[in-house]
Amino acid sequence: MLGKGLRVLGHSIREQPRLFCVGVGGSILFSLLTIAGAYVVGGVVGKVVVPALDSHHAPAGTLAVAAGVIFAVSAGKVVGLFGRRLGAGAMQFRLQAAYRRRVTRRYLELPVAWHHRHATGTLLSNANSDIEAAFYPIAPLPFAVGTVVMLVTAVVSLFFTDWVLAGVGVAIFLALLGLNVVYSRRMSPRVSAAQRLRAEVSAVAHESFDGALVVKTMGRESEETQRFAAKATELRDALIQVGRLRGLLDPIIDSLPSFGTLAVLVVGGWRLRQGAVTVADVVSVAFLFTVLAFPVRAIGWVLAELPRSAVGWERVQSVLTATGDMAYGREELPDSAKPATLRFEHVEFGYGASSDQPVLHDVTFEVPAGRTVALVGPTGSGKSTIASLAARLVDPGRGSVEIDDAVVSTLTHASLAGTVALVPQVPFVFDDTVRGNVTLEREGVDDEAVWRALRVAQAESFVSALPQGLDTTLGERGTSLSGGQRQRLTLARALAGEPRLLILDDATSAVDPRVEAAILSSLRDDDATVSVLLVAYRRATIALADEVVYVEHGRVVARGTHADLLAGVPGYANLVTAYEKADAEREREKAYDEEVSA
Amino acid sequence: MTTAVTRASTWSTLRRGLAISPELRTGLAGTLGLAVLATAGRVAVPVAIQKGIDSGLRGPHGADLGVITGIVAVTAAVLLMTMVCAYLMNVRLYTVSETALAGIRTRTFRHIHDLSMLHQQSERRGSLVSRVTGDVDQMSQFLQYGGVTLLVSFGQLTITTVVMALYSWQLTLVVYAAFAPVVFIIRFFQRRLTVAYGAVRVQVGTMLAAVSESVVGAAVIRAYGVRGRTESRLDAAIEDNRSAQFTALRTSVTSFTFGEWASGLATAGVVVVGVLLGAGGDLTVGQLTAYLFLVTLFVQPVQIATEVLNEAQNALAGWHRVLDVLDQRPDVADPGDGGRDLPPGPVDVRFSQVHFAYPATVPGRGPSGTGEPEPLLGPEVLSEIDHVIAARTRVAVVGETGSGKTTFAKLLTRLMDPTRGSVLLSGVPLTEVRFSSLRRRVVMVPQDGFLFDATVADNVRFARPDLSDQELYLAFTELGLRDWVDGLPAGVHTQVGERGEALSVGERQLVALARAYVADPDLLVLDEATSAVDPATEVRLQRTLDAVTRGRTTIAIAHRLSTARAADEVLVVDRGRIVQRGPHDELVGDPESVYGRLYASWLEQTRAS
Repeated sequence: MLGKGLRVLGHSIREQPRLFCVGVGGSILFSLLTIAGAYVVGGVVGKVVVPALDSHHAPAGTLAVAAGVIFAVSAGKVVGLFGRRLGAGAMQFRLQAAYRRRVTRRYLELPVAWHHRHATGTLLSNANSDIEAAFYPIAPLPFAVGTVVMLVTAVVSLFFTDWVLAGVGVAIFLALLGLNVVYSRRMSPRVSAAQRLRAEVSAVAHESFDGALVVKTMGRESEETQRFAAKATELRDALIQVGRLRGLLDPIIDSLPSFGTLAVLVVGGWRLRQGAVTVADVVSVAFLFTVLAFPVRAIGWVLAELPRSAVGWERVQSVLTATGDMAYGREELPDSAKPATLRFEHVEFGYGASSDQPVLHDVTFEVPAGRTVALVGPTGSGKSTIASLAARLVDPGRGSVEIDDAVVSTLTHASLAGTVALVPQVPFVFDDTVRGNVTLEREGVDDEAVWRALRVAQAESFVSALPQGLDTTLGERGTSLSGGQRQRLTLARALAGEPRLLILDDATSAVDPRVEAAILSSLRDDDATVSVLLVAYRRATIALADEVVYVEHGRVVARGTHADLLAGVPGYANLVTAYEKADAEREREKAYDEEVSA
Repeated sequence: MTTAVTRASTWSTLRRGLAISPELRTGLAGTLGLAVLATAGRVAVPVAIQKGIDSGLRGPHGADLGVITGIVAVTAAVLLMTMVCAYLMNVRLYTVSETALAGIRTRTFRHIHDLSMLHQQSERRGSLVSRVTGDVDQMSQFLQYGGVTLLVSFGQLTITTVVMALYSWQLTLVVYAAFAPVVFIIRFFQRRLTVAYGAVRVQVGTMLAAVSESVVGAAVIRAYGVRGRTESRLDAAIEDNRSAQFTALRTSVTSFTFGEWASGLATAGVVVVGVLLGAGGDLTVGQLTAYLFLVTLFVQPVQIATEVLNEAQNALAGWHRVLDVLDQRPDVADPGDGGRDLPPGPVDVRFSQVHFAYPATVPGRGPSGTGEPEPLLGPEVLSEIDHVIAARTRVAVVGETGSGKTTFAKLLTRLMDPTRGSVLLSGVPLTEVRFSSLRRRVVMVPQDGFLFDATVADNVRFARPDLSDQELYLAFTELGLRDWVDGLPAGVHTQVGERGEALSVGERQLVALARAYVADPDLLVLDEATSAVDPATEVRLQRTLDAVTRGRTTIAIAHRLSTARAADEVLVVDRGRIVQRGPHDELVGDPESVYGRLYASWLEQTRAS
């Protein structure tokens, strides 16, 4: 893990070499001046304090120089501080931003099938906390690099002072380094465990709040709280484990330089007796140990964060290197205002990596140009999957989907998006204005086109009643609108692009029957320019279709006019006449009851 | 959201925080005692250096190794004691603070569930999750790193000041003179930092919303080929976030450097004044040297405290947000012990002069911490509802979109309270019914049948965890859904995916219905619970539901009028009022009425061929 973490650091440095240099430069300046400060203090004691106190005379000039040098060192350190921390911060934030852009680009590039396989929460944390974790050690990195430089310089300078004192220094620094490595080794499994539990706590909270309505209406708040508390307790125990280790090692690491200072006193006294060093040397070295105590921790910070960083990096990489991109072709359909033809040829489709359980088998049908075809079938029979295939949100496992005789996978994205519009069962509203939601900033969609689309989608009246009309902001997921209003808005979005093929996946289910009837008859008025594939249950909706494709268990069971199917396909008849039959049966029961009571 | 955490509210946040987590006080005295001892050890080294120089290195007969060794041995022993104390303090601290924080997490989680639906809709759910995750983590950072460091730092400052004053009160004045301006400068920067961190928080929120939109709306973005637009929005949000972070960092670093300036000033001042004093014979070399070491011991905590106070702005803001949630009183509260249970037997419902209006949304106003006595109300969604629904009847509530049907269901199940009037179940006002009784006897199936990321069986068992496999299959059989369940890849053990997304919308509704069915309620409220199910299945479900709920009260909110036909009574809601009621056959007699028109349209929709 440590090695992987170091590789992440290497990557980061290669991506932002300039800022890294600024940070390390600042850090080295700071470190060198810290060491210089120790010598300045030692020198001041030896050259200014001792003579002055011994001679009972304080020369003003010398004092001023001493004070000036000390202050100048501080000024230099401030410059170093700015360089180190701003360099490190800028580097860290830029890397975060760069990777966030790359990851979100990947999200937009990867196909819908990939999105189906990944939980929303995971993708959000990939773009947020995983990227944060990956570049977390960047913040203390220049400090740590500077500290290493400082340590080496300090040891070298010690050798110039006295090799025995230098030996003490080397011993202490090696001990510190060793402890820091032990620290990060022992810490990393505990930190990862805590991190994993943190994600679990978050997942429980997320799901539980998402399902708040169910939790509340079933009165399961206490059980949910217990479920959450169990995870929170696990997390607490994991964090206490982290704390115990930190609590043990922190004081040891903190005190090591102090023990070094004490060792310097003993060894220094011995060397002083031998005449090898002066009092000033001993004071300088002792002071050096005191000022080094803190920066040495920076190495620990980097090492301690490396395992977490490696994990975050791996998760981010799994998005960046994800395969299975849906490649678009180069062909373009000729620009025309004529409706398109949609054809399914022996299409087979299964979700998941292993398509052991195909959702669709050998689906073949056609939506001829300018016609409306209704896709009818029981709940869970594969209708929405057919809709997704038609809009090329997913690709078939076998067989082909064609628009105007071109296999959809050979078309460019722009050509495809300009030709086909899918209105999904569950409407998706962007956190934007009504106008933004309808136009999606597509070319050629002006206000006039927006109002025209809203009119056909029967959304004109409610939009004009909004406080700011088209400029009204709808908020996250459009929660300010009712379900039916959201559906009509997304329908308007589809119409605004003037598609040549419109796919309605039960897209008016939350719209009142009368409003739906109005929408569908408007669509029929427009039928010269658009072919329609619609998933529907309502008979009136189906009746508008020129042809019906009836599916059961992922197979096309029958195709034909509504009347033909009604007469010849029992499953279909059963489905579409369900309400009538139920009413009739009820009438019979009632009549029977009345007869009995009479 | 960006309300400035002023100094006054910093203390009040801390006080409220401590009041809400009494666990934090456990063994506090002991922990503080250990902290003092751990700090005391730090002063030992400069003292050892002074003694070592004065009586050891500069002894009358040159360096005296015996004296030095003695001093070093004593100091080493003190250091060891310090380490032990620090370890014990840390362990106590981590244990106490993590236990307290786990408690806060859980209490906040429960409290969010207790807050009403209104609240859950007006605030973004993602931000509610961070109340029990990120915000609490920030608090732990503050308590374990910040809080203690601050305490230890102040301890170190105090002890160092005392020792410094013992060596020389004049030099101590010099040091304090150098650091006095820092206090004011830090306070100034603290205010700017609060603003800067507030901006970071807002930008993070915006960025996460943009990312989430690109993930949740992936299919739409692809279908419409509008990647470019989404990319530019994401890029802007990511860039704003980066620049806000950098601004905050710059402010923080600038504030931090003043500690270094002061340190240089203090050291230089000590040398000058110290030499002047020493030349006069008031100070030895060892004392002055020790003093210089003491200055570093003084500088360290000041710098660390600056850093911690900077970070504290963030931590306290997190704490503040958690407390704000905990302070909000649930507007639909469980009467608990003061309440009553519903009388046994079938439930009848009575709406008595009920009016309802949602709170008016004031743009840019966040959730307020204080409960306002008279919240502003929007237009009335329901007015003058005054009706009785007899026990054991099946009632359908119909009306156009936005007529107030769903509000009716929410009032009935006490997800909200009326703004005027009252709802009574079996003669007991809903506000007096204990939740334990209410939620067992009254169950609602919402339109969006939320499923947990588990198996079909787990989701049905959510209502009754003790349900055996056999009973589970029986339930599906009774509902006529056995064929459907058996057709799933792994039967009842099929994983439904996140929010049930591995199933189709209609299938999710089937599971939600089964879940409500096994809960065995006396009053079942269906809010368009089968809106995405195919007609044949719906009709079948309706018949089986009719059979299995016979003898209970069922209220169905419906936009498919097949439900209304089957009901004993239909309530027609139009613009917030009940305009018609009666059996279907009676209501349909007047083709000019609201119901007559709705029904005509329904027939047209379902019968036209």
